[in-house]
Amino acid sequence: MAEKDPEKEKRKIKAVARMKEIMTTYYIEAKMAEGTGKKVAWITSGGPVEPLIVMDVIPIYPENHGAMIGASKMGADLCEKAEIMGFSRDLCSYARSDIACAPINAGPIGGLPKPDMLICCNNICGTVLKWYEIQARHFNAPLFILDTPFCHTEFSKEAKKYVLKQLYEYIAFLERNCGKPFDYDKMKEVGRLSVEGQRLWRAVLDTAAHKPSPLSAFDAFFHLAMIVTLRGTQVVVDYYAALLNEMNERITAGIGAIPNERYRLLWDNLPIWYRTKWLSEKFASYDACLVADTYTSAWCGVLKYIDENDFLNTIAEAYSRIYLNIGIDQMADEILSIVDRYDVNGIVMHSNRSCKPYSLGQYDIQKIIREKRGIPSLIIEADMVDERSFTESQIETRIDAFMEVMRGT
Amino acid sequence: MNIEDLHNLQNDPYNYALRLKKEGGKKVVGYFCSYTPEELIFAAGATPFRIFGTRSTINLADAHLQSYCCSPVRIALEEALSGKTTVLDGIVFPHTCDSIQRLSDIWRLNVPLPFHIDVVLPVKLNSESAREYMIDVLHKFMKELEKNLEVKITEEALRHAIALYNKIRESIKTISDMRLINPSLLKGSDFYSIVKSSMIMDRNDLAQILSHIIQDLGAKKETPDVTFRKRLVLTGAMCNHPDFYQIVEDGGGVVVWDDLCTGSRYFEGQLDSTGDPVISIAERYLHRIECPAKHSGLSTRAENLLDIVQNKNADGVVFLIHKFCDPHSFDYPYLKKHLDNERIPNTLIEMEDQASIGERLKTRFEAFLEMI
Ligand code: SF4
Ligand code: SF4
Repeated sequence: MAEKDPEKEKRKIKAVARMKEIMTTYYIEAKMAEGTGKKVAWITSGGPVEPLIVMDVIPIYPENHGAMIGASKMGADLCEKAEIMGFSRDLCSYARSDIACAPINAGPIGGLPKPDMLICCNNICGTVLKWYEIQARHFNAPLFILDTPFCHTEFSKEAKKYVLKQLYEYIAFLERNCGKPFDYDKMKEVGRLSVEGQRLWRAVLDTAAHKPSPLSAFDAFFHLAMIVTLRGTQVVVDYYAALLNEMNERITAGIGAIPNERYRLLWDNLPIWYRTKWLSEKFASYDACLVADTYTSAWCGVLKYIDENDFLNTIAEAYSRIYLNIGIDQMADEILSIVDRYDVNGIVMHSNRSCKPYSLGQYDIQKIIREKRGIPSLIIEADMVDERSFTESQIETRIDAFMEVMRGT
Repeated sequence: MNIEDLHNLQNDPYNYALRLKKEGGKKVVGYFCSYTPEELIFAAGATPFRIFGTRSTINLADAHLQSYCCSPVRIALEEALSGKTTVLDGIVFPHTCDSIQRLSDIWRLNVPLPFHIDVVLPVKLNSESAREYMIDVLHKFMKELEKNLEVKITEEALRHAIALYNKIRESIKTISDMRLINPSLLKGSDFYSIVKSSMIMDRNDLAQILSHIIQDLGAKKETPDVTFRKRLVLTGAMCNHPDFYQIVEDGGGVVVWDDLCTGSRYFEGQLDSTGDPVISIAERYLHRIECPAKHSGLSTRAENLLDIVQNKNADGVVFLIHKFCDPHSFDYPYLKKHLDNERIPNTLIEMEDQASIGERLKTRFEAFLEMI
């Protein structure tokens, strides 16, 4: 055992410490905002955070709160509390656990800082609409809804006009609630930083194309929070630049995310936050590395639509065409391109009881991928936060069986 | 056609659609949800046909949808995969909840029909840009219908559709009002059968049948029922259980009003017959009380529910919510709180379409009726 430690040390990503530091400072600042006169806005993960940065508003991202709750294994307890409040167990556990925290300041950080306003972009699901309505009622704070029409097969010109108009309504909403005019020059700078951050994040994820992959999807889940929350700031750019460096150094030194990478898998759907370690070790024991996922790449998958010199006018399309706001055949296409880019040879799909827009349609996607690339896939049914929906023995058996198939191919 | 025929229609709507096509030479266009602008389909010369599940077991849909998807969606897909919907000339999916959204994708990839149109309505209904978008989307839908049905939708056809739909909605409302005064005139299951048939039948025939029903009910010389009945309001998505009304009535209750999409959300709200027809249709959607998958305010649904209880002098409210239904389940605690604050008795029935109302729920519901 003694010689195993340096081996493990070698694989640890050093940037993790810096990430924790940045996120801690960020949450402390957010929690103390009330005293400093800074405004706090809650915003959905798919929402345009950049105008908030321009207005010097602190963005808070409740889905990240959900993820923290899940990772600290407080999910089941908080979900039960929500059920006592009358929320069905079948609802999204991010929403349930966050809603349960609000009135009693519970959870890993003693509740989120109170919002001065809420920004809900429905490009990820209909759940956020309901969730934000509930929190807007609870905190009696103004709610802005950015409605991004769903793109089953197209992003229509009608939808484009609508979303664009709403971006300006969003800015007017911010001006009203912050009591100051919007600085369009600063928007240009923030837009540029946002694009740069997304490019760097893309580059970090792309290092996984190398064999062995220097990072796994489990690492990506961890490093994701910043591109979601603080996109459009210099901190994010610096951080991902450093992370990218570290990944390139690992490639040069031949350090992989797992010791003997033989199988390269793709993870679909949200992580199972309370079991990431167990899962990553389980797969590593079969020399399988989850090199890519559909979740973390959602924050750079739409870069192609953004013109950094005309940021505001081009993000209407980018924010409307993100991974969860498109038809399942287009989602399958995205997965196929990830499969090709990272040379993936197996798919693990988390059928997530919490997230219907992500999970309903997975069976059809699985079929499309089987037909087009002939690679095997595994579906495990669980929940991202609510541990009560995780049956270890059953999932373990399924993973074992799947890895046997992988070995045979 | 009499009420018995309407009940039968519910059991085999596809056979009816087949007859309609054969005998009437009409096209039949399937749709989901009360947010489908039926008037436009009608103006395009086709019969709008709402998909209701008739199946009791799910087999084929299991290969496409997980067990945690609501029963209306799973059953609809089952109908389609088992070949029931081949009679349709096309299908229309308005955008509402996440589950219907994905059903549309799965349907498009697995159920071959001459056309498949997604009407991606706004989710937000209370802003100027949403209003504009709503109108734009209706125009877009109209063009798509014209292309796929190979017709031109004339202004005259639109005006005719609006007049007919106003008449139909008015008639259903009249029937509902007659029932309110004298509940013994018409059973709850009969009334809801009329509403559901209205979403399926040839609309010209329907308008006539509704007039006849009104005449018949008016001619009934029965003295108003003076027995005391507990007056209930239903709220939720839809109720596909005719036996539910029987249970209510056997237990000494009567459904006096509802906030269901197979009820008042379908027939309330007249269209302005003087202005631009498309704008009239848009305005009705913008002003009608919303379904919880849409947004027109933070307290609109609660206020509406309290108004209903007050106006209809109701004694209690029954939440009818499908298992796994996100939008309705999210609204339940807040609506319940408003009712509790006003001391209005209420109960929740979580249901699944394919199952019959279980004994346990029945007993619980009877206890609720006794209590209020
Ligand atoms: S997990 Fe799914 S349902 Fe929940 S907030 Fe995220 S996208 Fe919406
Ligand atoms: S029951 Fe609920 S989840 Fe199911 S289709 Fe209706 S609104 Fe959507």
